[in-house]
Amino acid sequence: MSTDAVVMAVLVAAALAVTLGVALGWAASRIEPDADSLVERIDALLPQTQCGQCRYPGCRPYAAAIAAGAAEIDRCPPGGAATVRALAALLDRPPRPLDPAFGGPKPARVAWIDEERCIGCARCLPACPVDAIVGAPRQMHTVIAAQCTGCELCLPPCPVDCIELRPVPAVSLRYRQPRAA
Amino acid sequence: MAARSRFPAGLALDTHKQQACGTPIVELALPAQVVLALDQGTGYGAEPVVAVGAAVAMGTLVARTDHPFASALHAPLAGTVVAIETRAAAVAGGRSVCIVIAGDGSDRVDDGVTPVPDADALSPDELAQRLRAAGIAGLGGAGFPTATKLASARDRRAQTLLLNGAECEPWICCDDALMRSAADDVVLGALILRRAAGAVRCVIAIEDDKPAAIAAVTGAIGRRRDDALTLEVIPAVYPQGAERQLVTTVTGVEVPSGGLPADAGVICQNVATAAAVARWATSGEPLLSRVVTVTGSGVERPCNVRAPIGTPLAALIAASGGYRGTPLRLIAGGSMTGRALPSDEVGLTKAMNCVFVATRDDIGARLGAVELPCIRCGDCASVCPAGLLPQQLHRAALADAHDALRDLGVRDCIDCGLCDYVCPSQIPLADRFRDAKRRLDEAAATAQKAADARQRHELHMRRLQEAATAEHRAFEDVRRRVRQPGDDPTDGAD
Amino acid sequence: MRFDTSPAPHVIAGYTVPRVMFQVLLALAPAGIAHVALFGPGLLLQLSVACVTALLAEAAALRWRGRDAAPALRDGSVLVTAFLLAFSIPPLLPWWLGALGTALAVLLGKHVFGGLGQNPFNPAMVGYAILLVAFPAEMTRWPVPMDVDGTRTWSELARMSFAGFCGADLAARWDGYTGATALDSIRNGLGLRYTLPELLARGDIAGTFGARGFAWINLAALAGGLYLVSRRIVRWHIPVAVLGGLLVPSFIAHGLDPGIALGPTLQAFSGATMLTAFFIATDPVSAATSDRGRLWYGAGIGLIAWIIRTWGGYPDGCAFAVLLMNLAVPFIDRYTVPRIYGRQP
Repeated sequence: MSTDAVVMAVLVAAALAVTLGVALGWAASRIEPDADSLVERIDALLPQTQCGQCRYPGCRPYAAAIAAGAAEIDRCPPGGAATVRALAALLDRPPRPLDPAFGGPKPARVAWIDEERCIGCARCLPACPVDAIVGAPRQMHTVIAAQCTGCELCLPPCPVDCIELRPVPAVSLRYRQPRAA
Repeated sequence: MAARSRFPAGLALDTHKQQACGTPIVELALPAQVVLALDQGTGYGAEPVVAVGAAVAMGTLVARTDHPFASALHAPLAGTVVAIETRAAAVAGGRSVCIVIAGDGSDRVDDGVTPVPDADALSPDELAQRLRAAGIAGLGGAGFPTATKLASARDRRAQTLLLNGAECEPWICCDDALMRSAADDVVLGALILRRAAGAVRCVIAIEDDKPAAIAAVTGAIGRRRDDALTLEVIPAVYPQGAERQLVTTVTGVEVPSGGLPADAGVICQNVATAAAVARWATSGEPLLSRVVTVTGSGVERPCNVRAPIGTPLAALIAASGGYRGTPLRLIAGGSMTGRALPSDEVGLTKAMNCVFVATRDDIGARLGAVELPCIRCGDCASVCPAGLLPQQLHRAALADAHDALRDLGVRDCIDCGLCDYVCPSQIPLADRFRDAKRRLDEAAATAQKAADARQRHELHMRRLQEAATAEHRAFEDVRRRVRQPGDDPTDGAD
Repeated sequence: MRFDTSPAPHVIAGYTVPRVMFQVLLALAPAGIAHVALFGPGLLLQLSVACVTALLAEAAALRWRGRDAAPALRDGSVLVTAFLLAFSIPPLLPWWLGALGTALAVLLGKHVFGGLGQNPFNPAMVGYAILLVAFPAEMTRWPVPMDVDGTRTWSELARMSFAGFCGADLAARWDGYTGATALDSIRNGLGLRYTLPELLARGDIAGTFGARGFAWINLAALAGGLYLVSRRIVRWHIPVAVLGGLLVPSFIAHGLDPGIALGPTLQAFSGATMLTAFFIATDPVSAATSDRGRLWYGAGIGLIAWIIRTWGGYPDGCAFAVLLMNLAVPFIDRYTVPRIYGRQP
């Protein structure tokens, strides 16, 4: 084989490598993932309980922390393994078990106020992240069960411990079986 | 004259209709007690208007409702309300609040039950109102309130009233028996419903395996001399009587996915519903009874019975000579879509067209079924009346792949059970799809709740922030005002 | 009284996978009889070794996978694989090659993908293709069939089959009793610049309506296939499409150049045409799903088989055609989803 051919092959390979490298670099800079849309997409997978068990003040801040690489994806007990799996699939990371440091999975529950004991202090109202408690000072309070996320954030402010979490009332989904007469 | 089936596929099944259809309709003697479920099969209940201890007569209103999917209930016999409590019922979930009425043996009729002399003079709206008050609901198996369907038909300007006399499901023959014995009632009811629906024509569709019913209805139509009232003989193919499939066979138009038959210009009513309407028009009687097929190898004398709504099924079975052999399943409905009931103490509902007492002779193949992996033979796809690919749906259902389930049309599944019926691997496909639909519903509800919570949280945070800003501004205001008198607050101490 | 509350439907037809598989085996019987009558009892020897190996391989694979072997052995699907492979290989093949092919068919063709219902390729064709590529000489040596001339007796064929089955050197004692198949002979003849009419006039290649020997097997397979179609075990789409894909191009080519292009009758009644159309291509697991998809799938098999027979390096391309179209099944399935009732196309 002549030297020319070897030189030629090396040159062609080098030119190819340079061209492709430049193209890839350009593509990477142009098609950079949009950080905001990533936060949105992560947020969409979180259960929106706004419970703060992940030590962030709500689901969106946690989503931002995941997007920024500041937090792992294993901090959301209300979402459970399903949420971790969905996050892992979105971010192309291996799924991992929930970190027990942030609490374990619990059955879905909603807050319930013992209206006999409620003194109407209104301290739980601002604590509720989704405004699911109705009431006013010196009036009895109650929880709108359909809107409660079961985050437990209303428990600590209550001075008389009249709030407890109860299992979600069974929701009939009203699936009607169509019939052949 | 016979039309072709124009929906995809379907299958001719062993109908087993001769068992119950040989004899005339048995009029059941008034039972000692009736159990009226507030939910009559649609999933929505009426509200009781009587208290325990109240005396009722035949036709007394006992439960009323404003909900479009629930129907009013009337006492089918004279007596006393002895209980209003949750009991086993032939509804989704298996339990419903029931009004229990003990009969006193008399045949007192409520004063409100008077013939409707002016049925022809009533406007369509008034007719629908009166039918709603009479508690008339679809007797074909769904129990859907007739007035609600009439309203949706008028909203969408449906031109055709399609009276469903197909009765395609095996074992059931109550509509056949009714058409043979009361064809004039069916036709009278059809004309009233046609006017109430604002439709211009009425087609009565009957499967070609019911020659006696076809003859009787042909005669009744002939006596009416109405050009806009016709009979269509359709092939006996399961599930010919399913609403969408029937519409397509008779009109050639497909009901849009997710839509109603009214979107294709058709309103469907069952022939038994039409007969009930005629009964109401001639005697003023609200819906108090229905014809039900009691059949299966597990009863002595299969027959069709006219029985008060709420009659305990045990009384129906007693009227058919009682149990025979070893009854394994008590099924409300037919062999393909019927609901297996836990006990024979439940009351007859408006939606129940058949009580099928099955022994091993009837359901042996299902009992002995051993599920094997899908071999993709495609038999399910070749019978699916909705044109679905059940084997692909099954893969998606096992993987819980919600997008794939939606794309492959799990919502278009009409739950006819044919895929199950033919599957050589004996996979319980219909139940898998029911389960998949339930999970899709749950996922949609969860997603909706999360979206609501997100929005409420955003509003909450914005309000807190605004409140904080307002507080800060107020504080600054105060400070500025405090500072104003002296130029320098630090050397103000004089 | 209390009752059980299982979900609907409460009645099923009671079709079972073993019954389907048994019907397929039954439908192969006519072709088997023709095979034994014309080529000697070699097929029976191959069948026995294939069935034993297939059952053993299936049981072993299920054990390794930690599954219960009993129901899978009873479902009969592995026997269908064994039968199809035994029908495809020459009846003179040494027993260990038959055993090797069957074991590879079951293990590589089926169980590495997850067993019954999961295999993307037709297992029998996986085994056949491996054998054909690895042992081309053994895999193309067939007995000269009985109807070529009257000089051979069936008992001689039987003795030769036993010898071949045991791995004896056939060339030493049975030279002249073995040869290439008709399609192979035609290919070689055309390569030597003979024309097709000249080759057919020789008498040892073509019979009255197809290839000598194979014509009868194809006819019997056609009869068995029609039985399957009539019992609705097999739907008509794939067989019709395979035959269409093979015969339409051969009809056109034969019309254009009768000197070298095989006519449709010869194509239909030689090689593995009918076996492929009715028994191999119709394996539901590895075929396309919808009716429309099955038409494309079958037509592709027929067309590829015609291309390989006309220009390819192998005399009969049916196995490769099936495997290639197996590869295309996910693609076909994606674009042939039937319209759902009530939806816009």
